[in-house]
Amino acid sequence: MTSTPGSAGRTDATMPPRPDAPSAPPAERPRVPRFTRAEHRVHRATATLMAVCVLTAGCLYLPFLAELVGRRALMVTVHEWSGILLPVPLLLGLGSRALRTDLTRLNRYGPHDRQWLRAALRRRGGRPAGKFNAGQKLYAAWIAGAVLVMLGTGLLMWFTSLAPLVWRTGATFVHDWLALAVVLVIAGHVWKAFGDPESRRGLRTGSVDAQWARREHPLWEHEDNTP
Amino acid sequence: MTRDDRPDRAAGGGRDGQGTPVGRRVVLGMLAAGAAGVATAPLLQRAYDSALGAAAQKDPTGLSGLLPGGGGFRYYSVTGSVPEKDAHHYRLTIDGLVRHRGGYSLSDLRRMPQTRLVRDVQCVTGWRVPGTPFEGVRLSALLDAAGVRPEARAVRFTCFDGAYSESLTLEQARRDDVLVALRMQDEPLAHAHGGPVRLYVAPMYFYKSAKWLSGITVTEQVEPGYWEDRGYDVDAWVGRSNGRDDAPTT
Repeated sequence: MTSTPGSAGRTDATMPPRPDAPSAPPAERPRVPRFTRAEHRVHRATATLMAVCVLTAGCLYLPFLAELVGRRALMVTVHEWSGILLPVPLLLGLGSRALRTDLTRLNRYGPHDRQWLRAALRRRGGRPAGKFNAGQKLYAAWIAGAVLVMLGTGLLMWFTSLAPLVWRTGATFVHDWLALAVVLVIAGHVWKAFGDPESRRGLRTGSVDAQWARREHPLWEHEDNTP
Repeated sequence: MTRDDRPDRAAGGGRDGQGTPVGRRVVLGMLAAGAAGVATAPLLQRAYDSALGAAAQKDPTGLSGLLPGGGGFRYYSVTGSVPEKDAHHYRLTIDGLVRHRGGYSLSDLRRMPQTRLVRDVQCVTGWRVPGTPFEGVRLSALLDAAGVRPEARAVRFTCFDGAYSESLTLEQARRDDVLVALRMQDEPLAHAHGGPVRLYVAPMYFYKSAKWLSGITVTEQVEPGYWEDRGYDVDAWVGRSNGRDDAPTT
């Protein structure tokens, strides 16, 4: 960990001693809560809808899949509806305070995020991060914007009477190319998740290893700290 | 420690929840870029077409075909799987308002006078394949041979995929550039392209050119086909229907 001593020190100072730590069996390493059930469900539902949307897109677009699956009318309907429903889990999840807090965290960038991005671009260590690192924040914002653009251009193509023809040609163009970018970016997201089992465990079970949290997210002041 | 010791927590997420709202700016930036993309698409598309067109000519991997607008035919089928038919068990039937109902085998069709047309293929979803040769029997020849009754106004086409159907008015069906096609790109029509026999309606969007043609029925009025039941135009002239302005193919 090479974050500035000042910020790391403050994090440590606010962390109260864990009364249960010495009595815990040595095999059980301390864990800290990371995500609530609501957040788990929002992620699961969004991921499922996204997978359906991307797979049906493949069946409409890639010749070998189209030849294998056929059923074009069904694929179109499933694609349209999974796409239009994509933002719904997150919108429902806004009822959860924990999710809203995490959205604030994803939105706000501090000096350490700039440092993280610079280090990541130069493939160097020393990447200080809060609960989410700058890469995760950028991914979240980019994919949210991309989904909205796909939704807008998709609606223009779906309801042909909505807009004049030039708009629709433009919408098709943007929808096609952004789809390619979305697939690549999601592949990166999944690739990163595969490389970090503990972060996946965090989403699945809701808690992560405390040491992992200190190593990967040194500036994260997790909820465990407050009584 | 009480909540009051941590006033920053009220903002949500502690110091994590403070700083510049870059996330929001990225989302708004994406929306702006999307809108700009829609607006400038015609320009970008033209530049891209000329660049990719040149690159695809020299692409041995065929990967450029997977890029948007990468050219070539796309395979569309409305059913899960389509049975394959060859010269032994293919049969084209003609019935409805005709004097002589009947059927043609593949060799019957091959023995009739063949017409070869070279036109662009334009799909209603946007892709276009330039200068594609189709060869086969004029539909009008088959209709004349069957003897169309005077009350007939339209022709309905059915396919051995079990689901697809199409239709034309009698006037459209009698055009010179409407074929019952046996060959495409100077080769026997492959199964993936609707072989052994498909309809080819040169002046219309390609969904009118029903693949895997197995039945021709002369009817009293136009009965909308598969995609037409789902909102596409029955009179599908390229450039003058379905809200599109593609260059005509004939």
